[in-house]
Amino acid sequence: MPSLGADMDEGTLVEWLVTRGAEVARGDVIAVVETAKSTIEVECFESGTVTEFLIEPGTTVAVGTPLAVIAPAGPTPAPGPPVPLPVPAEAVPAEAVPATPLVRHQAAVEGVSLQAVHGTGRGGRIRRADVAEAARSGPARVIASPLARRLAESLGVDLSTVRGTGSRGAVKADDVRAAAGTGGGKPARRGAVGEPAGPRPAATQTPAARPAGDRLAIARLMSRAKREIPHYYLSTTVDLAAALEWMHRRNSTLPVTERLVPAALLLKAVARAAREVPELNGHWREDRFVPAAGVRLGTAVSLRGGGLVAPALADVDRMPLADVMAAMKDLVLRARRGRLRASETADPTLTVTNLGDQGVESVLGVIYPPQVAMVGLGRVTDRPVAVDGMLAVHPTVTATLSADHRASDGATGARFLTALDRLLQHPEDL
Amino acid sequence: MSTTTKRASGPKRAGGSRRPSGPPADEPRPGRDHRLEVLRQMLLIRRFEERCVELYSAAEIRGFVHLYIGEEAVAVGVGQALREEDAVVSTYREHGHALARGVPSDAVMAEMFGKVTGCSRGRGGSMHLFDAERRFYGGNAIVAGGLPLAAGLALADRMRGTERVTCCFFGDGAYAEGEFHETANLAALWQLPLLLVCENNLYAMGTSLAREHAQTNLAMRAASYGMPAWTVDGMDVTAVEAVARRAADSVRSGGGPHFLEARTYRFRAHSMYDPDRYRSKDEIARWKARDPLVELEQRMRAEGILDDPATKRLEEDVTSEIDAAVRSAGAAPYEPVADLLRFVTSTTGSTR
Amino acid sequence: MNTRQSAGTAEATRTTYREALREGLREALRQDDRVFLMGEDVGRYGGCFGVSLGLLEEFGPDRIRDTPLSESAFVGAGIGAALGGMRPVVEIMTVNFSLLALDQIMNNAATLLHMSGGQLNVPIVIRMTTGAGRQLAAQHSHSLEGWYAHIPGIRVLTPATLDDARHMLAAALADPDPVLLFEHGSLYNAEGVLDGTIDAVGLDSASVRRPGTDVSVITYGGSLPKALAAAETLAEDGISAEVVDLRSLRPLDDATVLESVARTHRAVIVDEGWRSGSISAEVMARITEQSFYELDAPLRRVCSQEVPMPYARQLEEAALPQPASIVAAARKAVA
Repeated sequence: MPSLGADMDEGTLVEWLVTRGAEVARGDVIAVVETAKSTIEVECFESGTVTEFLIEPGTTVAVGTPLAVIAPAGPTPAPGPPVPLPVPAEAVPAEAVPATPLVRHQAAVEGVSLQAVHGTGRGGRIRRADVAEAARSGPARVIASPLARRLAESLGVDLSTVRGTGSRGAVKADDVRAAAGTGGGKPARRGAVGEPAGPRPAATQTPAARPAGDRLAIARLMSRAKREIPHYYLSTTVDLAAALEWMHRRNSTLPVTERLVPAALLLKAVARAAREVPELNGHWREDRFVPAAGVRLGTAVSLRGGGLVAPALADVDRMPLADVMAAMKDLVLRARRGRLRASETADPTLTVTNLGDQGVESVLGVIYPPQVAMVGLGRVTDRPVAVDGMLAVHPTVTATLSADHRASDGATGARFLTALDRLLQHPEDL
Repeated sequence: MSTTTKRASGPKRAGGSRRPSGPPADEPRPGRDHRLEVLRQMLLIRRFEERCVELYSAAEIRGFVHLYIGEEAVAVGVGQALREEDAVVSTYREHGHALARGVPSDAVMAEMFGKVTGCSRGRGGSMHLFDAERRFYGGNAIVAGGLPLAAGLALADRMRGTERVTCCFFGDGAYAEGEFHETANLAALWQLPLLLVCENNLYAMGTSLAREHAQTNLAMRAASYGMPAWTVDGMDVTAVEAVARRAADSVRSGGGPHFLEARTYRFRAHSMYDPDRYRSKDEIARWKARDPLVELEQRMRAEGILDDPATKRLEEDVTSEIDAAVRSAGAAPYEPVADLLRFVTSTTGSTR
Repeated sequence: MNTRQSAGTAEATRTTYREALREGLREALRQDDRVFLMGEDVGRYGGCFGVSLGLLEEFGPDRIRDTPLSESAFVGAGIGAALGGMRPVVEIMTVNFSLLALDQIMNNAATLLHMSGGQLNVPIVIRMTTGAGRQLAAQHSHSLEGWYAHIPGIRVLTPATLDDARHMLAAALADPDPVLLFEHGSLYNAEGVLDGTIDAVGLDSASVRRPGTDVSVITYGGSLPKALAAAETLAEDGISAEVVDLRSLRPLDDATVLESVARTHRAVIVDEGWRSGSISAEVMARITEQSFYELDAPLRRVCSQEVPMPYARQLEEAALPQPASIVAAARKAVA
C-alpha cells in the first residue's frame, strides 16, 4: 500500500486494474485505492509480470503492506519481492526498542509512543504496520488516576514518561511524585499488598470514539502544523485591472473551450513568484529548510461530497497559460471523480488555497507540513483604488501568505507578495 | 317536595335496620338568613366551577380538575355543622369543600391559576388546596390517603382534651381502599372525634358502585366497625345539614367516630372532560332533575323566603365575587423560579 | 458531628444500643408532654425488639399506645397528630413492613409542607428496624433506607453508635419536618460505654469514627462495626483506613466525605443495601462530581449481593458486606 500523502495511515484496495499474469510497465496504473480523503489510482514503479495478488479488493491495510508481486521482466525471472514500499529492516536500532529510523519517523509523525507498540516483525521489530495499527487504535493513552493527572500538571511532569505502578499499569499520584523527585510517599508498603504491576497494555485499551477518517487525518495534520510551525502572515491587495483586461481581450479571440479564467492567471503568477523566491518553495525537514528543485503547486480542491484534496500541479511556472488552464480543469475533474494519480498527491512544494468562490475576501491558511508556506487567494471583487491621484473602481484580489518563520522571515514573504503583484501587472509575460 | 318528606327519606340507621331516623323534632327550623347563606354557598360553588370550565378551555387553568357540580349540598350541608375550630380533610374533588369551609374564592382561583397568591402558593393546584388558618388540610389526591391523616388530627384533639371535630370527606372509591378500613377500625377502637363523610356519587371514576363493592350498603358495613353510621340524601342540603349536625354534635360530645354516607351524583365528568361511556344519558338526566340547587330554591320559594329579585341579587353577588377572583388571579404574580426549593424542608434550607 | 458537652463531669456508663434508645425515648417523653410513642406492641409487649420495655408503666397507655396492625393508618395518624400539634414517635417493626405505610410517608409526610406552600409542618419521627444478620429471611431483613433517602422532604437517620442511639431522637423531635430513624437490628445488643459528657448531637454532619490516611471507608448503620473491624485488620498490614459514618442519609453530608477523600484519595463505600441504585451509588456519584481530581484509584463498593435475603446462615453471611470483603476492597483501592 503506497503512502499517498503525509497524512495517510491506511488505504482500502478498491479494484485491480490489471489481471494476474499481466505485463506492466513502470508508471502504469494498476489499482485503485481509497484513502481517508479520496480514491486514487496507484501507479507501479516496476516493470514486469504481475504474478500474485496479495490483497483482495475491499481490504483495508496499513501503508507499507505489500499488495501484489511483480516479477521483473527478463530472461531469468526470480521470485518477485513484494514491490510497493517494502520496509527495509537492515538498520540496527541504537535504543532498546527495535525499529528502523523510518518507523521512528512515522511514529513521531503519528504521535505514537514506540514503547507502547507491539512489534510483529522479525525479532519483535516494530514495523510501519504496527505503528499504523497503534495509531489507528488512538493515540497511546496514558492510564492515570485523576489525582495523578492533576499532580502531573502542577509539577510539570509528562505523564507519558512515568511508569505506572497501579493496576493495569495506571500512573498513580506516587508515581508522579517519584518522577518529579518530590518524594514518592510509601510505595514499598503498597507494593507489598498491591497487584503486580504489569506492562502497560496499550493494545487492550478501548479506543475512544473517533471522528470519521478524513476528519481525523486533517485534524492530526493541522494540529501538527499549528503545534510545530511558527506561522507569520502577510497580505496585499493586488489590482487586477490590467490582468483581467488582457485576459478578456485574449478570450474574445478564442473558442470557448480554450478561454482562460482568472484562477489560471493567479496560479501561474504564484508559481512564478515561488520560482523567484525559492526560500518559500520547499520543505522543512529535520530542522532545516530543503528547497525544492521545481515548483509543484498544491491546489486545494473541495470535493462535492465534502472534504478536501490538494493534488499537486508540477511545473506550472514553466507551462504556457493554456496548459495551466487545461491541467487545472483536468485535475479538478479527476479529483472530483476520485481518480487522482499517486504522483499527483506526492508532496507539493507550496500550496494555494482559493476561497474566492466561497465569497471570502482573504484567507489566512494553515501550512501543510512539511511545506513552509501557503498562499491564500480571496474573491476577485471590485474595490475603489487610487489611480494617478484619481479614484477608480478596479477588480482586485487580496493575496495572503502564511509562512513558516523557521524557514523564512517577513522580508522574504514580502518579496514574494511583491513579485506576485508585479507579475500580475504584466499578464502578457505570464 | 316538603322538608318533612325529605327528612323521612333521609338519614337511616344502618346495621340492618332501615328504619328512618331523622333529627329530633325539636330541632330549630332554619331561619331565612341561614337558608339564604346556604343557597349562596351552593351557588358560589356551582358558578365558581362553571367558570373553571371556561378557564380550563381557555388554558388559564391546567392539570387535573375534578368538578363537584351536582354534589354541592354535601359540602355545604356538612359545613354548616362544623365550627371554626374544627378541621376538614378533603379529596382531590375539593373546590366545594374549600369554598364551604370559607377559603376565600380569590385564593382558590389564584391556586387554580398557579399563582403565588393561591392558597398553596401555586404548588398544589386544583387537587391540593390548603388553608392552615381555617384548618383545611387539603386537597389529598391519593384516594383514601387523607383518612389516616384525619384520624391523626382527631387523635391529637383527643389527647389534648379539646372538643374539636375532624371531618374527613372521601368517596365510594376510597371505601374500597385498605386505608379506609384501617382508619375506621383505628378511629372506632380509640373513639376518636372523627366525622367520616362518604360522598357516594356511585362511581369510582368509571367503575360503578355495584362493580366495585360486593356489599353496596356502605353505612351498614361502616357500622360493623362499631360506630354510628347513617345514610342521607346528598341532594337535599337541608337533610344533609340536619344529619351532619346531629353526627358532629355526637362526635364533639365524646360519642366517637360517626360515619355518614351522602348519596349524591356528579353531573359532569370524573375529571375535566371524559366520554362518559360508563353512565347512561337517562341516568344523568334523572339525577339532574334532582339538582340540589334547584330543589333548595324551589323549596325556599314555596316557603316564601325567596323571590325573583332576591335570586337576581344572589346571582349578581356571586358573579361579581367570581369576577373579582378571576381578575385578581390573572393579575397576580407567579412564584419566582428561584424559590423552587423552598418548603421542601423547614430548617436545612437545602434539599441535599 | 455537632455535639454538646454537658456542663458537669458526667460519668461514662456502660449500656447497650437498645437501652440507649430507650433512654432517649424516656427523656423525650418526660420533657415534652406532646411526645407520645405508638406502634405495634410498643406497650404491653415492650416493643418487638424490647426498646420500649417499661415505658408503658411509666407513661401510661395514652402515650405508649399499642396500635392495630395497620401501618398505613397509624403512620398516617401520626402525621395527622403532628399536624394537630403533637410530637408523635411512631415505631414500625421493620423496614419491610413500612412499605405498607409508604403512601403516608411519601405522599403525605414528605409532601405536605411543599404542597401546602409552606403552611403545614409535619414534626413526626418514625423509627424502624432495618437490616439483616439475624437469619430472619427475605421479609424481615432488608435495608431499604436508601430508598427513603431518595425522597426530598424527609430526614433519614441511621444511628450506629451508642451516643447517636441515645441522643438522635431528641434532635429528631426538635426538627419541624418528618424524620425517619433506622435502627439496625444487629446493633440492639451492642454494648459499650456511653460518653457521659455528650448531652446532644447534631443531625447534619457525618462523623469520622476512625482517622486514617490511605483509604476512606464510608459507611453507616449496621455496617459501621464491620468497617471498624476491617480498619483494624488493615492496620496490621500497614494500611491506614479512615472510617466515615454517614449518620444521615438525607441530607447527605458531602463536606465530611469529600474532606476525607481529599486526605486519602481513595474510597470504599460500604452499604448493606443492594448495589443497584443504592445510597452507595449516590455517595460515589457525589465524590466523582465534586472530587474527581482527588482520586488516585477507582472508587470501590461493598454492598449486599442482589438477592432477597436468604434464611440459611452461610448464605446470609455471604450475601452481606463482611469485614473480610471490606478489607479486600480497601486493599484493591490502595494497590
